[in-house]
Amino acid sequence: MKLNLKIWRQKNKDSKGKVHDYELDGVEEDMSFLEMLDFLNNKLLNEGQEPVAFDHDCREGICGSCSLFINGVAHGPERGTTTCQLHMRKFKDGETVYVEPFRAKAFPVIKDLIVDRSSFDRIQQAGAYISVNTSGNTQDANTIPIPKHNADEAFNAATCIGCGACVASCKNSSAMLFTSAKVSQFSLLPQGQVERESRVLNMVNQMDLEGFGACTNTGACEAQCPKGISVKNIARMNREYLLASVKK
Amino acid sequence: MFNSSIGRKLIMALSGVFLIVFLTQHLVINLTSLIPDNGKVFNFISHFMGNNPVVQFILQPILILGVMIHFIMGMYLEVLNRRSRQTSYVVYSGKSGASWASRNMIISGLVILSFLIMHFYDFWVPEMVYKYVEFNPLDENRYFHELQEKFYKGGVVKLFLYCVSFVLLGLHLSHGFSSSLQSMGITRGPIKIATKFFAIIVPAGFIIIASFHYFITTINH
Repeated sequence: MKLNLKIWRQKNKDSKGKVHDYELDGVEEDMSFLEMLDFLNNKLLNEGQEPVAFDHDCREGICGSCSLFINGVAHGPERGTTTCQLHMRKFKDGETVYVEPFRAKAFPVIKDLIVDRSSFDRIQQAGAYISVNTSGNTQDANTIPIPKHNADEAFNAATCIGCGACVASCKNSSAMLFTSAKVSQFSLLPQGQVERESRVLNMVNQMDLEGFGACTNTGACEAQCPKGISVKNIARMNREYLLASVKK
Repeated sequence: MFNSSIGRKLIMALSGVFLIVFLTQHLVINLTSLIPDNGKVFNFISHFMGNNPVVQFILQPILILGVMIHFIMGMYLEVLNRRSRQTSYVVYSGKSGASWASRNMIISGLVILSFLIMHFYDFWVPEMVYKYVEFNPLDENRYFHELQEKFYKGGVVKLFLYCVSFVLLGLHLSHGFSSSLQSMGITRGPIKIATKFFAIIVPAGFIIIASFHYFITTINH
């Protein structure tokens, strides 16, 4: 398989990037997208050129490190899949493939295809935690009755891997799907009740400080989320936030 | 609360729902002009709405305020949201999972605003001049006749502009109504279907009314 790759190259955070063209022959359809980039980088290194920098870690679709915008879609054309789990059989021989970093003011490009997503870390630090008594009298979590529906909803929200595809896909670069998933996974469980109100207030405040846009409920985030996180979480976060603001 | 992104969305949602309520009562009143009674019911309601001090001096200013809040906050949010992505994508498939209406609320909103200016010029301004500038005597039988004459004089061009605006209103409502509920924390689902139905019925009602009066008066002339 031969591909015409158009890849965003940017030396560092402060430089101006642009799209570079690469012709890559010998791509196998069983390669993952990241393996294809490895293949390209081997070729570039053999030719004495600088390889393309891109983020990756587990390559199993669970770490959320890979953050590529492929042909105008976060994580590429296959729904419910991260870039590392996307395979080249989804592309045609001779196809032109645009590869760009996730773009948002709150996700500045560090180099080539790597963006700084520490804004997500700071949102989590603002409230995505619970207080646990460690004095020795701690109740075993498994002995606390939790309605099945709540447990399922909390688990679904907790499957968010924080990859940032929601921000990248949203026309407003809104981080509400991510933040709402992190709010929901705690607010639905008994262990999350102690900080329930301060959590949502602090996390939304931090989200706004980071420079993410506001949600206009287009649903693009849910459609392109590799874990299928539902926009119902955004409605839940709105509810939690408004109630917490009134009670404050 | 209102300095946050969620608070600003709440303002958009509440003003939007308020305008939806107004739109519904406007349609219901206008539908009475289709009753074959030579405008008797329509004249009665129009006279009441046009001369009741509560409607004129309390509800009308609140309505205008609601429109202004919805417009100003919409523009403000649009500017803030555009600032949140400083470098555009070379290729961006924005349509992925998001309807045209949801991605282009600013366009449909500006068309509706343009329509409102035209509609005010056609109906509201002459009414204000009639009552509060020229101080004409009360005439509770003039409204139906004036309505038909205005659609006749506006011609097919004005009818076309009205119909296009109502189609854009439908698109605006098709996303805006359910989006308002989501912003207020009400999970969509069955309600979403009802809002889509509303977004078809209401603009269609206005199109039928405008078309009916244009064609009836054109035939009669």
